[in-house]
Amino acid sequence: MVPLSHYLALSVILFVLGAAGFIFRRNIITVFMCIELMLNAVNLAFMAFSRFLGNLDGQIFVFFVIVVAAAEAAVGLAIIIALHRNRESLNIEDVDSMKM
Amino acid sequence: MNLEILLLLMVLPPLVGAALNGILGRRFSQATVSLIGCGGAGLSMVFALLSAWIYSNSTIEPVPFTYPYFTWIQAGELRAEYAFYYDRLTLIMTLTVTVVAFLIHLYSRGYMEHEGGYYRFFAYLNLFLFMMLTLVTAANYPLMFVGWEGVGLCSYLLIGFYFRKKSAADAGKKAFIVTRIGDAGFTVGVALLFWTFKSLDFKTVFDRVAGLPQRQLESVLTAIGLLLFLGAVGKSAQLPLYVWLPDAMEGPTPVSALIHAATMVTAGVYLVARSSIIFAHAPSALAVVGVVGCLTALFAGTIALTQNDLKRMLAYSTISQLGYMFLGCGAGVFAAGIFHLMTHAFFKSLLFLGAGSVMHAMSGELDMRKMGGLWRKLRTTHATFLMGTLAISGVPLFAGFFSKDEILAGAYEGPLGRPWLFWLGAFTAALTAFYMFRGLCLTFYGKSRVEPEAERHLHESGYKMTIPLMVLAFFSVVAGWVSWPKAWHGSEAFDRYLDPVFGRATDALRNVSPEHNANLSSGELMGFSILAAAIGMGIALWWYLKSTDIPEQLAERYADLYRILTHKYYVDEFYNWLIVRPLCIISDKFLWRVVDTEVIDHVMVNGTGEETARVGGVLRRIQSGNIPSYAAWVLLGAVLWLLYVFAAHA
Repeated sequence: MVPLSHYLALSVILFVLGAAGFIFRRNIITVFMCIELMLNAVNLAFMAFSRFLGNLDGQIFVFFVIVVAAAEAAVGLAIIIALHRNRESLNIEDVDSMKM
Repeated sequence: MNLEILLLLMVLPPLVGAALNGILGRRFSQATVSLIGCGGAGLSMVFALLSAWIYSNSTIEPVPFTYPYFTWIQAGELRAEYAFYYDRLTLIMTLTVTVVAFLIHLYSRGYMEHEGGYYRFFAYLNLFLFMMLTLVTAANYPLMFVGWEGVGLCSYLLIGFYFRKKSAADAGKKAFIVTRIGDAGFTVGVALLFWTFKSLDFKTVFDRVAGLPQRQLESVLTAIGLLLFLGAVGKSAQLPLYVWLPDAMEGPTPVSALIHAATMVTAGVYLVARSSIIFAHAPSALAVVGVVGCLTALFAGTIALTQNDLKRMLAYSTISQLGYMFLGCGAGVFAAGIFHLMTHAFFKSLLFLGAGSVMHAMSGELDMRKMGGLWRKLRTTHATFLMGTLAISGVPLFAGFFSKDEILAGAYEGPLGRPWLFWLGAFTAALTAFYMFRGLCLTFYGKSRVEPEAERHLHESGYKMTIPLMVLAFFSVVAGWVSWPKAWHGSEAFDRYLDPVFGRATDALRNVSPEHNANLSSGELMGFSILAAAIGMGIALWWYLKSTDIPEQLAERYADLYRILTHKYYVDEFYNWLIVRPLCIISDKFLWRVVDTEVIDHVMVNGTGEETARVGGVLRRIQSGNIPSYAAWVLLGAVLWLLYVFAAHA
């Protein structure tokens, strides 16, 4: 069997990659993809635990996460489109009019 | 009729009158205002008389009548009711206060007719009467203090009645601030009293003190006595807190008559007399009372010798006579002190009202050097003023003679009496007679030195002012006859009457003081006091009627002494240098410039604002609008939280 720690390590690496991309990338679409990456990394962790603890709760929770991710992607893309129409730019650093 | 209702009916009308006149008086006519004002005072007098009658004929007499109406303060062990304590002393005080107050209210109808603020005056005067009655009928120290402070307030309001005049406003402030010093002593004394006896009720405290064997608790009782006396020193203008009284003459003359001669200033004497049992068990404190009283009487008497302002002279005379009252109490003859309080109320208010009448006639002039020969035009004023002068000088058969003689006798042979107290007192009596007759002569007799302008307006006052003068003159003559001296085979009825009040105190004092060998008999003592009055009167008449150039020559020859006396020993200047100027400097340079402007305004108020703005400026940088930075903060927060969770579990 593949040990649990391998799954978790993969999950962590994916999550960190997603987080790093989320912070450092400039294109809004790329940022969204990184968000999805983080969510899926967490899904992977849930599945791994579910398998290794013999408890189905983890897999049920994955369903919830997938649903939320989907809804969030839909709404987020709608916002991006509205932003693009107004600013002609997909650079996240240009979205700064809410500064104090 | 129940006494508790009568007493309430005595005390409340002036309060109602004050409220009515104070709140609605602006719209009332002068007639309505004076009706309410004099009505309030008149009702008080009527009910005071009724209460006296009912009490005197009741079965409990002479035991004090007490009645608690409701519990005013209940805090732990401290309990103070709104309650009256009515005994023979209260009877005398209430009668004196209400009669004199009523007469002065009547007089004010005439005097204040053409002054502004008519309704305000009567409102304050009524309020004062209410407070004074509260003071003398109170059954415990806190309630008495309410009256004490109340009369102080009314005194301030009335002295500063002509508030647009700076000297009047200053005088009001001075009176209040100086008496405050005394009030501090009073408060601490009451606190000490409570700490010792766990009660502030007269009956409770006095019974407990009376039950003490001699010498027990003496030190704390002495402290209490001295502190209470400090309050009296302030309120009754004794050394060294007398300085406010002469300045208080800025107020309208009826105020000077009522508050600063007959009633408020006697509150201190009442306090000492009421607390007689406490002082009796603290003879050292009582001795201080007597000495301060005697010295004050002498001191003020010397200043009165050279005063040229008629009211100022009377003011110093009041301070001096108050000293006599404290001398009486201090020597252990409390009844004599109260007797003098009563007679003094009559003849002093008479003298002041007479001065007001003169002032009225002289178009506001009070400098006696610009008077003279007024007896021709001001017949009634002159006649009554003469009665008052005879009374205060201690001329036999007039009121002041009997009371002053009793005090002097007590100063010599009373429980704490000492011969030197008597001799100083007798000398002061000579001074009293001198300056009073000096005043009389300068004002009414001799050639007229009145300025032509004023001469034309000289007129006797109307009936509204002269009738009270005549009534007071009557009392100034007969009020002394209630206590015919022993030396004339009298029964000293007044003293006997007050025995139930002061008996315990007097007995306690007799145990302390050894019988002194009285070298002089009462008859001889009386002889000396009559002689003193005669000498004073004689010299005054000689110098101010016959050889009128003598005073000027003396003033030239002893110019320095004359200057010191005219400047009242420079006491005001001394206090100014010692206390007022340092306080003003500290207030200005430190408290205002440093504390108020710098610390409070700059550091605390502005500083808080500026700090908040600065911190806000720093925190604002989180809201940069830069979304990736938001993401980074979220991540940081999540990491920290995770660490915390793991740390807690580890």
